[in-house]
Amino acid sequence: MKQFEPLTRKSDSQPVRYLVVDDSVFARKSLARLIESFGGQIAGEAGDGVSAIAEYARVKPDIVLMDITMPQMEGIEAVERIVQEHPEARIVMVSSVGYQDNILAALQKGARHFVQKPVKPDALYEIIRYVLNDDGVTAGAGEEHAR
Amino acid sequence: MRMDLIQPFIGSLDAVLSEMMRAPATIADLAMEEAGYRRKGTAAVVLFRGQIEGRIILDMDPAAATYIASLLADSEVDPSDPIVPEAVCELANMVIGNAVTQLNDRGFQFKVLPPSLLKEEQVEKAGEDSEATILCFETRQGSVHLNIAMRYLARRSHERAPVAVG
Repeated sequence: MKQFEPLTRKSDSQPVRYLVVDDSVFARKSLARLIESFGGQIAGEAGDGVSAIAEYARVKPDIVLMDITMPQMEGIEAVERIVQEHPEARIVMVSSVGYQDNILAALQKGARHFVQKPVKPDALYEIIRYVLNDDGVTAGAGEEHAR
Repeated sequence: MRMDLIQPFIGSLDAVLSEMMRAPATIADLAMEEAGYRRKGTAAVVLFRGQIEGRIILDMDPAAATYIASLLADSEVDPSDPIVPEAVCELANMVIGNAVTQLNDRGFQFKVLPPSLLKEEQVEKAGEDSEATILCFETRQGSVHLNIAMRYLARRSHERAPVAVG
């Protein structure tokens, strides 16, 4: 698998910590492999929206990758609940269901971005980098690279 | 069954299979099935609720399912590995999710439930009350079947609307 320039936190140079939320164990494993190739660390995993809310509060990740269609509580509702309690939360939706109303609803509830499955590693990396750089979490690996 | 509802699933399965298997997939057969559903290999079912109701079954030959699981896992997978059905569910999620995206963007409003593995006791029930369109795609690793049974309900409710008489 292609290795990307590692994204590290500006504050302590540690790997970026991710919470991965998807009802498919397979999808979580695939995302975990991608995160590893981005130089990141899995802080937690959840298989539905309810668990995601609890897991977010427990691990306080730097960024969340969140599926939409899940049992018990869907991703968009989980985004709303997490952002209500943690306005600083950075959540990227990763779903195969990417119609405009859904994307708009997710963004209105506080998601930062959307990536459609099947996930293209380069696209996901760029979006994560953009979201983290935008908040000053990472040092801007791409900018350093360009210099 | 309306072809404009089926077309996005054909395009989506073709696109996802071609991308994942890194080789083109060809449509080998398209048929209607009124009798009960007969499973061919490892199958995942996705249910719809809303203006469109019904279900879609993604059914893969064991060899094709194992190949997809190996690709998704990025390592060689044994056909008996429990990750194989999980991979079929994930593939169904991608194929159907992409098609549903197109349909919703065209104005059809409906929700998709998470994919689940089609269990033995569900197999007969899956085809008992609906005519299905079955698409068979051939890949180098085996056949992939898409069994689509959907109804567009919005028109029916419109047709049932009261009509002024007299």
